[in-house]
Amino acid sequence: MSKGHAAPGLYGTLCERGFFTRDHFDHFRQLHGILQGHPDIKKCPGVDASTGSLGQGISIAVGMALAAKHLGNGVKVYTMIGDGESDEGLVWEASMAAAHYHLDNLTVIFDHNGMQIDGTNDQVMSLGDAQAKFTAFGYDVVEVMDGNDMQQVLDAFHTPVCPGKPRLIHLHTLKGKGVSFMEGQVAWHGKAPNDELTAQALRDLEG
Amino acid sequence: MEKKAIRVAYGESLVRLGAENSSVVVLDADLAEATMTKGFKQAYPERFFDCGIAEANMVDMAAGMSTMGLIPFCSTFAVFAGRSYDQIRNGVCYPGFNVKFGFSHAGITLGEDGGSHQAIEDLALMRVLPNMTVFAPSDANECWMCVKAASEINGPVYIRTSRLPSPVYDPDPHFQVGKGRVLMDGSDCVIMTCGIMLEHCLNAVEILKGQGKNPALLVFHTLKPFDDELALAYAQKCSNVFTVEEHSVIGGLGDTVAPVLCGKGSFVFRKIGIQDVFGQSGKPADLLREYHLNGEEIARTVLESMRG
Ligand SMILES: Cc1ncc(C[n+]2csc(CCOP(=O)(O)OP(=O)(O)O)c2C)c(N)n1
Ligand SMILES: [Mg+2]
Repeated sequence: MSKGHAAPGLYGTLCERGFFTRDHFDHFRQLHGILQGHPDIKKCPGVDASTGSLGQGISIAVGMALAAKHLGNGVKVYTMIGDGESDEGLVWEASMAAAHYHLDNLTVIFDHNGMQIDGTNDQVMSLGDAQAKFTAFGYDVVEVMDGNDMQQVLDAFHTPVCPGKPRLIHLHTLKGKGVSFMEGQVAWHGKAPNDELTAQALRDLEG
Repeated sequence: MEKKAIRVAYGESLVRLGAENSSVVVLDADLAEATMTKGFKQAYPERFFDCGIAEANMVDMAAGMSTMGLIPFCSTFAVFAGRSYDQIRNGVCYPGFNVKFGFSHAGITLGEDGGSHQAIEDLALMRVLPNMTVFAPSDANECWMCVKAASEINGPVYIRTSRLPSPVYDPDPHFQVGKGRVLMDGSDCVIMTCGIMLEHCLNAVEILKGQGKNPALLVFHTLKPFDDELALAYAQKCSNVFTVEEHSVIGGLGDTVAPVLCGKGSFVFRKIGIQDVFGQSGKPADLLREYHLNGEEIARTVLESMRG
């Protein structure tokens, strides 16, 4: 999870996968908890990289994929990056290296929700034609028109790998999808809802 | 007592400075909402430049802008001083460019975001660079004076700010770059501090007084250049010397004071700070207790260590 601030999503998945029990969520972001504000490899089982400093996760993933190739151990590496995160030069340095080393065992998932903290990508730092840029950097790009539709996402993962090329799955997503008052709202990037809004959010998601 | 986060004061200071000096420009890396440069962004949109999440590029852009006579203030989280460190070193300090760094959310009181975001090393990184002036204001008033002073210094300046609201004290009528301030005179021990640890040192002082001690309290808004003279005078007067900082004990205030005392007498000297470990997620108050940095913990360390 290169965009380490998405830790809650990662934690939910790891918990469902049995890496730890649900009671840990009671100590989320609290002293001595294993579920830190950003994923911590030394505290939380199942976390593969300590992230939170944007741009670093994808570089680490490239290193893992390169090592896997070198060792011939057949490991495949997946990493998720943000569109705001892609402002970092490091994302492009990593991408260049992934293509240079023909890392076809690497899949980068690009969460293109059009938003970061201070506004939309275009208000803060325009990415221009992101897909053309990733293609130019040597990725085999698979585009997913609705990245919030799990079936479309799974189909993308099942497309055959293009030999000798790293793969980038370009997800067009809606930030805050499914929660009426959060959808497409920059202000909800890193804010916890109060009790009333939490109830509303749960109703939205269940309904 | 009125409380205000130093980052909020930093944001207000930039707006005030922007009105006084049209050469002041502000750059941020997608954190204007948090570093509080958003006030400047609103007041002077044509003098605000969002650089996206690209701290290294921000710093060298500021370096370039300074060559045209502008006075750029760059802001992001203090922890990302590391991300842009080569640019701060070789892009700004080496040529001695007139670029300011107002970096926020320093130390463990950043809280829940956790160890990956808690800068415990920024003062060390900045202090070691030639040409750099290093400020760690202890309240909102001092922050304004540091920002103002930074604009008057022709060269790189680092200003450390904090996330958490902290008390606002009476302004220092004698504020001077490189000079410490005696907040409380004493005789048997001296606590030297900087930044928002002042609040906790004041609490510690109350406890120590209750135990019959007579502590002196000094606060240093400037770590570099440092007020060696004041630190030495109080060390010699009180002989039990304690530095308190929300930073690693390696390379921060404690290590600024240590060489000043070296060879100058016999002292009890303890560096109270983060003891060479990373922080973690938690409520700021819980973290201060855990890392022995609240008033009770500071007082306990002082009492344990005092001699004579
Ligand atoms: C190097 C670095 N700079 C700044 C931040 C602060 N930060 C955390 S999240 C974020 C915005 C991320 O935007 P994006 O990558 O688009 O994430 P998403 O929209 O998917 O949440 C920022 C600026 C950081 N974590 N790391
Ligand atoms: Mg985004």
